[in-house]
Amino acid sequence: MTLALETTTGLTVRLRLADDWFEVCGLDRLVPGRGVAALLPDGRQAAVFTDRAGRLFAVDNRDPFTGAAVLSRGLTGTHRGRPFVASPLLKQRFDLETGRCLDDDTVRVRTYEVEAA
Amino acid sequence: MPTDTSTIVLVGHGMVGQRFLEALAERGLTATHRVVVLCEEPRPAYDRVQLTSYFSGRTPEDLSLTDLTFLEDHGIELHVGDPAEHVDREARTVTARSGLVVGYDVLVLATGSYPFVPPVPNKDAEGCFVYRTIEDLLAIEEYARSRAKTGAVVGGGLLGLEAAGALKGLGLTSHIVEFAPRLMPVQVDEGGGAALLRTIEDMGLSVHTGVGTQEITVDETGAVTGMKLSDGSELATDMVVFSAGVRPRDQLARDCGLAVGERGGISVDEQCRTVTDPHVFAIGECALAADGRVYGLVAPGYEQAETAAATIAEDEAAFTGADLSTKLKLLGVDVASFGDAHGTAEDCLDVVYSDSRAGLYKKLVIGRDGTLLGGILVGDAEAYGTLRAFTGSVPPVAPESLVLPAGAGAPAALGPSALPDDAVICSCHNVTKGTIRGAVTDHSCTTVPEVKKCTKAGTGCGSCVKVLGQLLDAELEANGVEVDKGLCGCFSQTREELYEIVRALRIASHRELLDRHGREEARGGDGCEVCKPTVGSIIASLAPAIGASTYVLDGEQAALQDTNDHFLANLQKNGSYSVVPRIPGGEIAPEKLIVIGEIARDFGLYTKITGGQRIDMFGARVEQLPVIWARLVDAGFESGHAYGKSLRTVKSCVGQTWCRYGVQDSVRMAIDLELRYRGLRSPHKLKSAVSGCQRECAEARSKDFGVIATAGGWNLYVGGNGGATPRHADLLAQDLSDAELIRLIDRFLMFYIRTADRLERTSAWLERIPGGLDHVRDVVVHDSLGICDELESLMAAHVAHYRDEWAETINDPEKLARFVSFVNAPDTPDPVVAFVPERDQMKPDLPLLSIGLRPADDVLEGSAQR
Repeated sequence: MTLALETTTGLTVRLRLADDWFEVCGLDRLVPGRGVAALLPDGRQAAVFTDRAGRLFAVDNRDPFTGAAVLSRGLTGTHRGRPFVASPLLKQRFDLETGRCLDDDTVRVRTYEVEAA
Repeated sequence: MPTDTSTIVLVGHGMVGQRFLEALAERGLTATHRVVVLCEEPRPAYDRVQLTSYFSGRTPEDLSLTDLTFLEDHGIELHVGDPAEHVDREARTVTARSGLVVGYDVLVLATGSYPFVPPVPNKDAEGCFVYRTIEDLLAIEEYARSRAKTGAVVGGGLLGLEAAGALKGLGLTSHIVEFAPRLMPVQVDEGGGAALLRTIEDMGLSVHTGVGTQEITVDETGAVTGMKLSDGSELATDMVVFSAGVRPRDQLARDCGLAVGERGGISVDEQCRTVTDPHVFAIGECALAADGRVYGLVAPGYEQAETAAATIAEDEAAFTGADLSTKLKLLGVDVASFGDAHGTAEDCLDVVYSDSRAGLYKKLVIGRDGTLLGGILVGDAEAYGTLRAFTGSVPPVAPESLVLPAGAGAPAALGPSALPDDAVICSCHNVTKGTIRGAVTDHSCTTVPEVKKCTKAGTGCGSCVKVLGQLLDAELEANGVEVDKGLCGCFSQTREELYEIVRALRIASHRELLDRHGREEARGGDGCEVCKPTVGSIIASLAPAIGASTYVLDGEQAALQDTNDHFLANLQKNGSYSVVPRIPGGEIAPEKLIVIGEIARDFGLYTKITGGQRIDMFGARVEQLPVIWARLVDAGFESGHAYGKSLRTVKSCVGQTWCRYGVQDSVRMAIDLELRYRGLRSPHKLKSAVSGCQRECAEARSKDFGVIATAGGWNLYVGGNGGATPRHADLLAQDLSDAELIRLIDRFLMFYIRTADRLERTSAWLERIPGGLDHVRDVVVHDSLGICDELESLMAAHVAHYRDEWAETINDPEKLARFVSFVNAPDTPDPVVAFVPERDQMKPDLPLLSIGLRPADDVLEGSAQR
């Protein structure tokens, strides 16, 4: 199922890695409330989301509770004004801006700086 | 009193005996004493009050009151099928039929009662029965099925009416013969009896009052052919059930010289100790209480059990008498009487409301000073809980307003909050209003189930549950506890309320619903993982009616779905998915089996036969799903919706076509039902099954809706569940034709979808909704809300608009684009999804994790989340 990356808006979503911006996909591939997974050059995976307001978020795709790379397939939402994603496996929620797990203070996922350019 | 090595022997393990054991355990006496129980029946204590429910589908196991681990945990030695035969009070020993001899320090007799059979000729003929034990019921059922077309019940009291209803339910023409001039002479007066008579005759039962039975007539083989009545008439019948009252079983006591009353019953004092022997107690229906009465109801028996246990523990307790209030539903008619129902007090006055047309009769007995003394309710016993609790006091409103129908005169807006704290709310367990309030204020109970667990109130006959709910709400309100019943942090409405909003305003978008009807602080936000799938499900259920797309991945709907619905497959623990094609009714041709085998082989999938009679293929990566489905659709398969909160499978047994016992074509019906309801989104998953005969091989009674074939059609059961909290489904309607069955299921499912909470299975829903099964039956069978046409048309729209989601998806390139592991590397599989071999197949290879898992209680199946 190969599909070429096409953008109608012309904008590309990109993540800030150590020293460079890494292009992920066209902005139009993102649907508010849903995520996509991106494979990073070092083999890690990032889950990239957008919300109703068009803000972009990116966190590590790996669910720290199960080890599966599935956070991009979770549902997003707003909790007390802050954006979060809920793991599709056991439903733990992660703050999309800080990576902090809302259901377990000791757990955190990595976040990435992300923009559309 | 006994020392700590002494032995308590209980003779009789009925409801009261079991309660006595529980009371011993609660007081710690089982830890300090040896407790031995001798039980005559072949099974431990069961709920005799609900005996008749055996005929509406409850099994003897359902009726059991005994938890074997309870007996084990408390070291209680129970001998079933081994009745006590002899008591030696001198030596303090009991000898059982098996020869077992047990020494006692305390002996408790709870031998109950036996059915009274009038001494008429041929009373023991073949075809004569009594109605007392599960064994009696089994014998009646067997005889009714094999040898009888007509049955007569001697006795028009409570049990007699139940027995007659049971015979009718078994397909017999049923007669009731009552010596008194009216039905239920003990509980109701002439007016009440007349209302009851009309309603019961309308049901097709023949009632003969004011006549006695003089002789049972038999044929040459000695089997029943009829009865001769005292008015000279004869009644032809194939069987006779005697239900003419009970007598205390006091023979064992008589034989060992204990004093008994003139009309039977072991004489006891206020501590339930026999007046003859301080080492012997008697409780329940075998005891003649200190007030000179033998109590035939379970509530006083329970109180006696508590009293005896307390006395043995050297606590103070006394049983000085009990009121005989009862509320029952007989053959679907509410009958209640309480307090001085017959107005025996001096100078008392009646307030009567009677409506023969509606089968209503309500009478209150009022004292000179306005005190409510008692009453009788026939046809509508709504007010029973409140009225009984007010008995003995002057109600704060005019008595007639308590029995007049709403709208006529002043409607009674009198809630139980007006009751005094010492008013008994649950008479089965003797729980006062004060105790219930305490459960809320001191034990922080906020739901009816919590209050039931904390106080035991409402766990007996259940007639007070409605009042419990009202008290709870009032108490919570008084304490300023606001119970937020909202769906989630985004919506203050319940799922049911949101359904109504979506339906009435035709809102087909979560965003619009949130911005217009969400909590103030949540408007304009993104919702949450609770409300999005819930609203997505509501929109999908109502799609044709509100003009939304019937394809769950269209537009905004796609963003609302849980991951399973979003990928139309079931996410497994390592991030791979499982695939389940629909196999309607579990019927599959070899060619299709081969296709499934080939696909599983070609993609290296792990295969397993599911509990729902289909085949699950595990281990597919997200990018493999469309390819797998292209082949499945090509071979004629469609989505099995194993991923959805929607209809899963309709299991079936092989039925009449092959099975020598089958009476209907269960496979065909299962296929019809599965194809009708496939794809229907609901608050939780729906499971079903169809059995071709009463042997029930398809296990239909563990399903949300189960169908069991009868010689006359189909019986429909609802609200069953396996899982963490098993529940047998309840009978909703009997002997339905194909069309009637489908119409009822249409209504039932749509009513459930409309009113259930999120993730609330039908079993929990039936337990929760006010009025329970009776209410659901009123709505979907009798159309009491006038919504059945609408429910049916909603279902018709669902059926007409059904499309296979997978066929649709594989033909839509835009939708297919999401089926990739990586948006930036669509051809690369997710490296985290890896497998290792196991038993000729493979299993997920999972990385070891060091952090703990969040407690999974809120993702447990069947759990209702608010």
